[in-house]
Amino acid sequence: MGDFAEIWSYLAEGPLLWLTATLVAYVIGDAAAKAAGGAPLVNPVLVAVILLAGMLWASGTPYPVYLEGAQFVHFMLGPVTVALAVPLYANLGSLRAVVLPALAALVAGSLTAVISALGIAMALGVDFATLASLAPKSATAPVAIGVAQALGGSPTLTAVLVIITGLIGAVVATPLLDALGIRDWRARGFSVGVAAHGMGTARALQVNERAGAFAGIGMALNAVLTALLAPWALALMTGQ
Amino acid sequence: MHHALTLILLAQLAGESLSRLLDLPVPGPVVGMALMLAAMLASPRIAAVVRPVAEGILRHISLLFVPAAVGVVGHLDRLGEDGAAVLAALIVSTVLAIAVGALVFVWVQRFVGGSDG
Repeated sequence: MGDFAEIWSYLAEGPLLWLTATLVAYVIGDAAAKAAGGAPLVNPVLVAVILLAGMLWASGTPYPVYLEGAQFVHFMLGPVTVALAVPLYANLGSLRAVVLPALAALVAGSLTAVISALGIAMALGVDFATLASLAPKSATAPVAIGVAQALGGSPTLTAVLVIITGLIGAVVATPLLDALGIRDWRARGFSVGVAAHGMGTARALQVNERAGAFAGIGMALNAVLTALLAPWALALMTGQ
Repeated sequence: MHHALTLILLAQLAGESLSRLLDLPVPGPVVGMALMLAAMLASPRIAAVVRPVAEGILRHISLLFVPAAVGVVGHLDRLGEDGAAVLAALIVSTVLAIAVGALVFVWVQRFVGGSDG
């Protein structure tokens, strides 16, 4: 047993252990999602997060220690955003054909996300600092955090709300859009990217390459629009 | 492979610098995406080099959200006593935003008579 503790403390000091754990958890999540035949609740990210949170809790590992290992994965969020230029490039021709529908969907989707979230939270008596963190939650994390901070919200809470929004979007998108009878991949992907940023885009890419490209466009455009809309909507709705 | 990765990181670096320098409301990587798109449009060679590597990275984009999402678990108590209200707001608004966005897209497209996708 002493050997095990020794090996553990050695491994726990370097990034190898938690980097490997992150990849293994994701491989399991991905396999579970495939085995479940694409059932929306068996989302690879959701499964991996539950597994890893359980491991951190059981081993008493604080999150910063975990992130030291997982930061190599986390870092790739930047380059992967740049890489979204590729599906955008490949689908530029089909984007040109739907500039007006896309712009209308962007404004409608972005406004709906901000106003309905604030309206429901206000009706349920949520305080102003939480509302400020909630308003930009459909935008990609760095934008949402910047906007929330400027409005008097909390960066940590905003990050939490952004991630939960992404998970909800990734889980509900397929059944919701099927139920609405929307078969156009461009409309499906675009609306998910606007409402649920990169995590929605990840889900869209899994389902269909063209939907993924349009989700990436929706995410990028809504990053800009949310930065402009959220402060205005919050001031208008709360009167502060 | 290494050429493609270098180009992607250069685009991100340029995007981060521009975003800071000009105080843009858009984060660096999103500016980097726009720069990469411009570079690919300007040079088909760049597009050919970057494309296979970028598609490889994009296939596993979900994995990249795992570390941040694990951090969320430790902060669920931040939702506080308003937790249920905030969660309700998140669920309803995300469902509504996806539905409204997709429906408006399809309606406007029908109205302007665009092609089917």
